[in-house]
Amino acid sequence: MSELFTETAIIATLAAALRLAMPLLLAGLGEMYGQRSGVLNLGVEGVMLLGGFFAYWTTLSTDSPWLGLLAGLAVGLIMGLLNGVISVTLQAQQGISGIGVFLFGLGLSDLLFQKIVGTPRLIDPLAQIEIPLLSRIPVIGDFAFNQRSIVYIAFLLVPFSIWVLNKTTFGLNIRAVGENPAAADSLGVSVARTRYVTLTIGGLLAGAAGAGLVLTTGTFQQNFTAGLGFIAIALVYFGAWRPIGVMLGALLFGFVQALVTQLKALELIPVSQQDLYNMAPALITILALVAVSQRFQAPTALTKPFSRGG
Amino acid sequence: MRKPRGWRLLGLIGALALVAGACGGDDDGEGGAFRIAVVAPSASNDLAFSQSIVDAVNAIEDEMGADAIEIAITDATFVVEDAAAAMRGYADEGYDLVIGHGSQYGSFLPELAEDFPDTAFAWGTASDTFGLDNVSAYTAAADEGAYVQGIMAAMLSTSKKIGVVGPIDVGDASLYVQGFVNGAESGGAEVAVAFTGDFANTTLAAEAANAHVANGADVMTGTAQMVVGAVGVAEQQDVLWFGTQSNQTSLADSVVVASQVYKWEVVLSGLVDKIKGGDLGGESLEINLANGGLVIEYNDAFDLPADVRQAADDAVAALIDGSMDTGL
Repeated sequence: MSELFTETAIIATLAAALRLAMPLLLAGLGEMYGQRSGVLNLGVEGVMLLGGFFAYWTTLSTDSPWLGLLAGLAVGLIMGLLNGVISVTLQAQQGISGIGVFLFGLGLSDLLFQKIVGTPRLIDPLAQIEIPLLSRIPVIGDFAFNQRSIVYIAFLLVPFSIWVLNKTTFGLNIRAVGENPAAADSLGVSVARTRYVTLTIGGLLAGAAGAGLVLTTGTFQQNFTAGLGFIAIALVYFGAWRPIGVMLGALLFGFVQALVTQLKALELIPVSQQDLYNMAPALITILALVAVSQRFQAPTALTKPFSRGG
Repeated sequence: MRKPRGWRLLGLIGALALVAGACGGDDDGEGGAFRIAVVAPSASNDLAFSQSIVDAVNAIEDEMGADAIEIAITDATFVVEDAAAAMRGYADEGYDLVIGHGSQYGSFLPELAEDFPDTAFAWGTASDTFGLDNVSAYTAAADEGAYVQGIMAAMLSTSKKIGVVGPIDVGDASLYVQGFVNGAESGGAEVAVAFTGDFANTTLAAEAANAHVANGADVMTGTAQMVVGAVGVAEQQDVLWFGTQSNQTSLADSVVVASQVYKWEVVLSGLVDKIKGGDLGGESLEINLANGGLVIEYNDAFDLPADVRQAADDAVAALIDGSMDTGL
């Protein structure tokens, strides 16, 4: 077990934890905006897949990971607006329509990959950026400040989201619409517009999450998200609909997954037991979710469509 | 004549539409062509497991001639129920041979084969025919080529630390990993194995590769379609890579040394001949180095030292003549 506590192993594990937390954090924050305004979007995974595919294809075509990221964001934005049409304008049952968006993203991303790209090819990932001065801090600098740009962006969005939700009129409107849309409406807040904006933010961030995955691994494969979008949704509940909580959940999941991976690479988990340990991240997340979710209440209007006089 | 068929779950259930793109042939084939249907779990061009069977039926088509064969492929059926529906559909349409390319498909195959006693089925990687005359099972002695690649890996490694990225410890993935470990350890290397628990998760494969590299591995290998993530890390970190199932040189020709390539056509073409003669199969088939079903394909762009190539050739010859075994 001593191998796990070498500087190399510690840095590798914690760096991997941040990388693995990145897509969950981006997608989770996006989902949080939607849920705080009263809309549940179960289609996060599908948007991640589409964002990932278009980020991959654009990077493959242009050799520019940044253009790839922009493409992922653009697709996320479109999917967010589509979700707004479905959930807000058409007032569809949110759970079912979200599953539909997921299946749409799953199928379309695979189809486009097959038809447009074909055989897998590697792309240039986003470059690793050493933050001046901070990256020189022993250990911490190595794992926290020598990451790809998308990882920094994800974590910087946490304080930004705290500020938006708690210090801005827009944030106040989101919370009001999510708790009591009728009251918000009576005060002149457009429930529909607020929900459209939060769903668009959610789509943008889900697209960024998929793009981030593709632009860190340098490849795309069908269904490459492997359930991360659904875990991100669970982390919103785990995080009690707060940015800091979502971040802690993403870090917990990412850390456990990184730790298990490192233990396997160090041969500290026998091959015969690895399948068992592979369940640890999901298991711990579920247990934490059960423990935490009972202490906090979801936004009152969550999953409830709003119509004036309805 | 080749008639590719893609059944892809596209669309929205409920508010959106479920779209399946399909184009099929007539029920009796064209001019008495032999009709093969393949159902595979991942993309047909995944440079790994699914591509190996698609390449095989294409090779059979090349051998028989385009007019003598009709091929239908349904890929990306990672949901077992979807695969079951696709295979049943092909059997119902009268295909001569329906191939379920995934060991997970064994759960429904006996019932399906009993429902269509006049249709030949094949599935793999597996060895169980369920005692049914119309079911053949095929598998790969993946440990053989893996053992050879392990020997090469140990010779090429300067740190003598090698990393393996596996999906789930089952089937030919398990055989490949164990064979590679035994081969590399016979060359004095230390091998660490990380199974991700998933066949498609490129992110976990990449992170497993990152962990191996951080721990000093300078040669890696892996199996299943998710390894593209690990190959990406290998290329970024300039770590050598050995592929399996399909030739993975095109992914990263700067680091891929060689790939163990599956040639399923070696056994499937014989099965096709039997079916044409009225025998629906009912036997267990294996590809290996001896029958040419397993081939080590080298990356011409990689400057492989002559002594390493010689050691590999010697190991292949010894495994074929039985003077060497993989320890499994």
